[in-house]
Amino acid sequence: MFSDEFLGDFNNLMFVVLPYLSFVVFLLMTIQRYRTQTFTYSSLSSQFLENKHHFWGMVPFHYGVLAIIVGHVVGFLIPGSVIAWNSQPLRLYILEISALVCGILTVVGFVNVIVRRFRSKKIMTVTTTADWILYAILLLQFLSGVYIAVFERWGSSWYASNAAPYLWSLLKLSPDTSFIVALPAMVKLHMVSAFALIALFPFTRLVHILVIPNPYFWRRTQVVRWVGPRRKRIGH
Amino acid sequence: MDVRSQISMVFHLDKCIGCHTCSIACKNIWTDRKGSEYMWWNNVETKPGTGFPTRWEDQETYRGGWLKDENGKLKLRAMDKKRTLFNMFHNPSQPSIDDYYEPWTYKYDELFNAPEGDDQPTARPISMITGDYMDIKAGPNWDDDLSGSPVYAENDPNLESLTPEQREQLFAIERMVMFYFPRICNHCLNPSCVASCPSGALYKRGEDGIVLVDQNRCRAWRACISACPYKKTYYNWHTGKSEKCILCFPRLETGQAPACFHSCVGRIRYLGVLLYDADKLEEVANLPQDQLIQGQRDMILNPHDPEVIAAARKSGVHDSVIESAQKSPVYKFVKEWGIALPPHIEYRTLPMLFYVPPLLPVMSTHTDGLTQNTSEKLFHSIDEARVPMEFLASIFGAGDQSFLRTGLRKQMAIRMYRRAITVGDIEMKVAEQMLAESGCSKDEADAIYKMTALCTFDDRFVIPPMHREEALEMLKEPHEHKQEAGFGFRTGPKRGL
Repeated sequence: MFSDEFLGDFNNLMFVVLPYLSFVVFLLMTIQRYRTQTFTYSSLSSQFLENKHHFWGMVPFHYGVLAIIVGHVVGFLIPGSVIAWNSQPLRLYILEISALVCGILTVVGFVNVIVRRFRSKKIMTVTTTADWILYAILLLQFLSGVYIAVFERWGSSWYASNAAPYLWSLLKLSPDTSFIVALPAMVKLHMVSAFALIALFPFTRLVHILVIPNPYFWRRTQVVRWVGPRRKRIGH
Repeated sequence: MDVRSQISMVFHLDKCIGCHTCSIACKNIWTDRKGSEYMWWNNVETKPGTGFPTRWEDQETYRGGWLKDENGKLKLRAMDKKRTLFNMFHNPSQPSIDDYYEPWTYKYDELFNAPEGDDQPTARPISMITGDYMDIKAGPNWDDDLSGSPVYAENDPNLESLTPEQREQLFAIERMVMFYFPRICNHCLNPSCVASCPSGALYKRGEDGIVLVDQNRCRAWRACISACPYKKTYYNWHTGKSEKCILCFPRLETGQAPACFHSCVGRIRYLGVLLYDADKLEEVANLPQDQLIQGQRDMILNPHDPEVIAAARKSGVHDSVIESAQKSPVYKFVKEWGIALPPHIEYRTLPMLFYVPPLLPVMSTHTDGLTQNTSEKLFHSIDEARVPMEFLASIFGAGDQSFLRTGLRKQMAIRMYRRAITVGDIEMKVAEQMLAESGCSKDEADAIYKMTALCTFDDRFVIPPMHREEALEMLKEPHEHKQEAGFGFRTGPKRGL
């Protein structure tokens, strides 16, 4: 249908230009937003407006998606070990089924998140256009991910053997799309929407991911701030 | 000794008429913004009543304040570090808007734009969140003056300390009784909101102890909302940030009393500095429940004691602040006279807003009580008061009546003593006996009377110089700053990027 030349250009655009562009936008705008719009860094929680359905959306969604992200990062960092792990069928099944369960958890949680928004007029009033765009892409991301997990077996293996080297080639600034050109269309869609999410990150509520309770777990219980130097500072 | 100064407060409940002027003054200055309409940094509750948010004192549900764990260590009841980690995405003890109320306004333009007709046009209520027409079902003071008492007053968590007979009596016709309970942030010494914040956005100002939320650091974890047992941190649903009473620090820094204090019609509010020993904080917050009130009192230092003054200077407390502490009306009420008590000290946050509990009901209901000579019966109206002591003790004594009783006896004795002077229907001999029995000298009685009934603006509010500008000068040389600062810019005009 399309000429090889066109497909080549298309691949370069989607898997070379887009990832770099996304990453540059992500890095610059995230820092810029943090420096000039610190106030806007918030999880923008809506639990206050609706307290019950909230649990069934937020909890499965967040735990599911966190597990999935960790899985992707591990596959990227130690692809060799993943392939070695998968060499025994039983271990492969365990990994694939856990990943699928987390994926389904994510989708179920996320559907609850969206339904909750539609069902509560109060929450609709605090929902912005950026939220809807983000939700659409996230939904695409999660559904394509679950589709891949079910129909494009075995994801953990080919992610380690094909996607990971491609991502490493991006990181090493010598992009090599040959690892992924042959991958199915759904996988490519999954990757493109992932790059889109990275680019959208600094413009949406996704920035709350960067907020980790870093000093909390080892800081002193009470926080006291002084203006200027104090002659003596003790305790608390 | 690590001496610190704390701006502290006393509310004299016998003088509160429940007019809500304080609430309105606060609302007009601070919480009329979008997302904060439902907040009442200052609110006035009727007791018995469920308060705002509904049943805030029920810590089984809201899990505010501190608990001592099995090892006797202090931990947050709601969101200690472990619970925060595992409840990161859904706070299980967070109140929702339904526990407060849906803020509303009225569609006033319907009054002007209605077409001519047979009926009077009406302004229907609309939600300030969705903008839709709504039926008003609850408000911030729906239980005002015992209204709807079967729903509200009878569900007051403090009534749990009463026997069924006492509860029944409390709501019997012609025996009903109530008092007002105005509340702002207590600016606690051991604030659980500050301790619970995963972002470290809440903090206590070192110089004056005011507890604030750094709006730029708040990330909407909402831990403070459940951690504050007094429910005095609020979540702004529009900005996604927590907000709370700031004790009008911009007013204090310019020598003015906070708006709620300034506007108080009954003149029930007192404000002044207390010096305390911060080294004792952990020890006092850990004391057994029945020693907490005394422990907190002992932590507060005598600003006239030369040793304390020397230690305060060494800790960096400015001389003018020490001087202000010596004139503090709060010090007199809490330490010298011992008639002001902290609310719900059992939450272990060590609140720095103290209440003079109400003497209820007024004496005239007991016709034979006024001129009794026998000493056992002199204070009978305290024990036979319509408000059972257990109820007051549940709020102001962590269940222990001793401090409450001492304070109320003193107030009663002073009332009789003043009556002997001004009305004369009580023998001075009886009044003097009452004073002696309540451990109050005539001088003290005069001082308390003066501070309660004849207090001027300057008696009530002894605002220390805040020295913020001098503290800033230590950070930046003013002349240098003048040269660097721009003309009409927030950041100085620089050459190049």
